[in-house]
Amino acid sequence: MSKILAVLAQQEGQLRKTAFQTATAAVQLASQIPGSSVTGLIIGNKIAMLAEHAGPYGITDVAIVDNEKFSRFSHAAYAAAIAAAAQKENADIVLMPASSAGKDIAPRAAVRLQAGYVPDCIALKVENGNVVATRPVCAGKAHTDVRVLTPIKVFSLRPNVFTARSTNGATAIARPIEVEIPDDTFRAVVTETMMNKGKLDVAEADIIVSGGRGLKAPEHFHLVEELATELHAAVGASRAVVDAGWRPHAEQVGQTGKTVSPSLYVACGISGAVQHLAGMSSSKYILAINKDKDAPIFTVADYGIVGDVFEVLPALIEELKQFHRS
Amino acid sequence: MKSVVCISQTPDTAAKINVAADGTHIDPAGVKFILNPYDEFALEEAIRCREKSGGEVIAITVGGDSAKEILRTALSMGADQAVIIKDADRGDSFGVAQQLADAIKPMNPDVIFCGRQSVDYDGFQIGPMLGELLGIPAVSIVVKLDIQGTAVKCECEIEGGRQRVETTLPCVITAQKGLNDPRYPSLPNIMKAKSKPITEIAANPPAARTEVVAMMKPDTKRLHKLFATDGDPNAVKNLVQLLHEEAKVI
Repeated sequence: MSKILAVLAQQEGQLRKTAFQTATAAVQLASQIPGSSVTGLIIGNKIAMLAEHAGPYGITDVAIVDNEKFSRFSHAAYAAAIAAAAQKENADIVLMPASSAGKDIAPRAAVRLQAGYVPDCIALKVENGNVVATRPVCAGKAHTDVRVLTPIKVFSLRPNVFTARSTNGATAIARPIEVEIPDDTFRAVVTETMMNKGKLDVAEADIIVSGGRGLKAPEHFHLVEELATELHAAVGASRAVVDAGWRPHAEQVGQTGKTVSPSLYVACGISGAVQHLAGMSSSKYILAINKDKDAPIFTVADYGIVGDVFEVLPALIEELKQFHRS
Repeated sequence: MKSVVCISQTPDTAAKINVAADGTHIDPAGVKFILNPYDEFALEEAIRCREKSGGEVIAITVGGDSAKEILRTALSMGADQAVIIKDADRGDSFGVAQQLADAIKPMNPDVIFCGRQSVDYDGFQIGPMLGELLGIPAVSIVVKLDIQGTAVKCECEIEGGRQRVETTLPCVITAQKGLNDPRYPSLPNIMKAKSKPITEIAANPPAARTEVVAMMKPDTKRLHKLFATDGDPNAVKNLVQLLHEEAKVI
């Protein structure tokens, strides 16, 4: 019997995409542990009305920590609120997303709860009554199954791996709770957020089109950008072209760049060095375009086209345009 | 300004990883171990702070004898002191964080630098945990750092952009690629580092909070459907159809 606390991330008055993934993961986990229940948790300032959005994902009880102190963002303060809420709710399992904020907040909450913590999980299963989490290590070259040994267990979930599943409208009830949020948890505060204008970020995109050295020169990247536009995708890049200054570091996918898990990853002119594969190998589907049939990228591809990117990309863009028109 | 830099030894990012016979650890045979790449940014930043405002840089790691190699690298880059907490087992990340916190507390540093993650366990935990354990603020994924007196201004990478974070010393900073360009140690410094002392602290790990029950190679089955445009005029057309009907991604 477990009480699962599903932390539902919100930003600027909206639940984030990961919130629905966390909700579904919590509900699915509860179904595997007899007698368990799930409570959602939303923290912020003036956010109580967000609770209703959890209902379709199977969470009917949503604890709300609504406090004017959260008009400022501090990871330490969120962690304190989560830990206090977990204690108040007698939660023994706490789930939150392994976003950049989540990966900062989760270990702090775990320390406050004296709880074992497993970061960046790609699966949760129950074996002999114990929750076992699977997570990638060495940038995905191996996976580990990890058990938490403490009474309270904290897990952060890799974004876009746990599929959000909406069921037939349960109604979520918001339940405000009071927790102590010490002022000294606001010693490191976000003063400004600067989002990249217009471009969809690789970390959040459902489809990513990435380019590598096979594009031969930075001006040829417009082919990657056009394909990305056609697919409503984000643009990614291999380390080689980022180091060469062709593309910004924010687009880099790989071991020293970003780890992504989109539904579709299109690798154009990327050979597939092991460090690049590490960043995208948990993509649902991988399409590789490369003129070298022996390129390592094809060992992880679901679909591959052996051909010249300068012929294949325009052809693919045109074919997709026709497809979208029909 | 006194800074402590927490470093760790990890497999080279190009290494092929196999599972050891016990089924729960990385098989070290044939693997080259290096200083965690993100820790280089941390060391470089600490050394630059010392070059700007004086003070000292202490490099610290939790590990066995082989980890002394990375302390020598840190010394040759310019760290003033090197400390090893002799715990070859290392246990779980909380155990590493707790032992680091216990060793660092009496040092009273102004800044504790870490790499944002170690490329073996990819946990992203040590920085934030140190903040909690030592009761000081911690800022993660820092790509720009400005310290004036005790005022600290950071720029941190987030999904789709950056955040500005302000805090005060003492604090923990986790370094992200782009924070700086780490220096290559000069040969004279590498030679000098060989004979610098390394302080050893006995291991005192807390009870483990997590346990790896199995490690395995990932088992993702891929479809491997290959087309060659040479001689197949319908390759692209067929591909788009598969993306729509089979993968259902468009």
